[in-house]
Amino acid sequence: MKTTHWSRRLHQLFKQQGIRQVSFVPDAGHSALIGLCEADPELRAVRLTTEEEGIALAVGAWLGGDKSVLLMQSSGVGNCINMASMLCACRVPLAMLVTMRGDWAEFNPWQVPMGHATQNVLEEMDVLVSRADREEDIVPLAEGALRIAYNTLRPAALLIGQRLLGAKTFEN
Amino acid sequence: MVRRLLADRGDLLVVAGLGAPAWDATDAGDHPLNFPLWGGMGGAAAIGLGLALAQPQRRVLVLTGDGELLMGMGSLATIGVQRPRNLSVVVLDNERYGETGMQASHTAFGIDLAAVAKACGFVSATMVTTIEQVRRLQTGLHRAEGPLFAQVKVAPDKLPLVLPPRDGALLKDRFRQALLGTDACFQR
Repeated sequence: MKTTHWSRRLHQLFKQQGIRQVSFVPDAGHSALIGLCEADPELRAVRLTTEEEGIALAVGAWLGGDKSVLLMQSSGVGNCINMASMLCACRVPLAMLVTMRGDWAEFNPWQVPMGHATQNVLEEMDVLVSRADREEDIVPLAEGALRIAYNTLRPAALLIGQRLLGAKTFEN
Repeated sequence: MVRRLLADRGDLLVVAGLGAPAWDATDAGDHPLNFPLWGGMGGAAAIGLGLALAQPQRRVLVLTGDGELLMGMGSLATIGVQRPRNLSVVVLDNERYGETGMQASHTAFGIDLAAVAKACGFVSATMVTTIEQVRRLQTGLHRAEGPLFAQVKVAPDKLPLVLPPRDGALLKDRFRQALLGTDACFQR
């Protein structure tokens, strides 16, 4: 996937907002942003085996004074749910950027149930959810999610619509 | 045993996994720089990683149980990739799920967590069964280049509960204030 303009601006946004740790399970939609974070010596990019580690990592980071962001695909949101209890139980802030599967031109039927459930499931866990379906909204809404998370000590998630990322076609 | 590990704790930062490790850490002396978990099972080691990465000049100890560590076994690989020198993960292995009726865990069937940690890149990963090894471990928490892992076989005794505070926000705030000072209240 090509480095997209908004990935560069998101990376800059992380720096402006004082983010120190960026965690992710490698994901196509986030690949440009992940690459920028990994190449940045001022950020600690943490490769996870499962997305819920990123929630726990964020709790530890915050205890130590570091702000963090979790990058994941909508399928990964499902892996996070019990761990997300800690965010509200302990009032730990966290911003999550979620690339959507299963919501536009999806090829893989196994992606649809979690994609369809993502917003509701996050909101059930008291995560503040916003959604970008136009490219010009991605960076402003991401900034909003970061600010509201760290200003109000809440978890906040921005869902980036699949149509903005292009659907994986499983063709050679 | 935990009292021995936490003796002369100095400026050690401690994350204690839910159940017996949290009670034992509290029994050794409730401390603002303890973060005892009441949930987030499987997350203790990853919490320790986030803390160790945020505070590279401080020694961090994750004290947890076999069941809790098993639920987050992947985090050993995540830790191995980051290789934080200041992190130790110590498993109090009673081969039981203590909080739900002492049912056998995978370690009761011979699963070797120390071997898993070694394969995941921990600099040192040992099974601890003697008092002398506990003493060396206690020194290692403060001095050894990590990440360090120890699987300490303990008897499945039901010791009296010594409960830490259960208000997660209080635990988080008192930890941050003790570590970061009152400026932590104003972090944006």
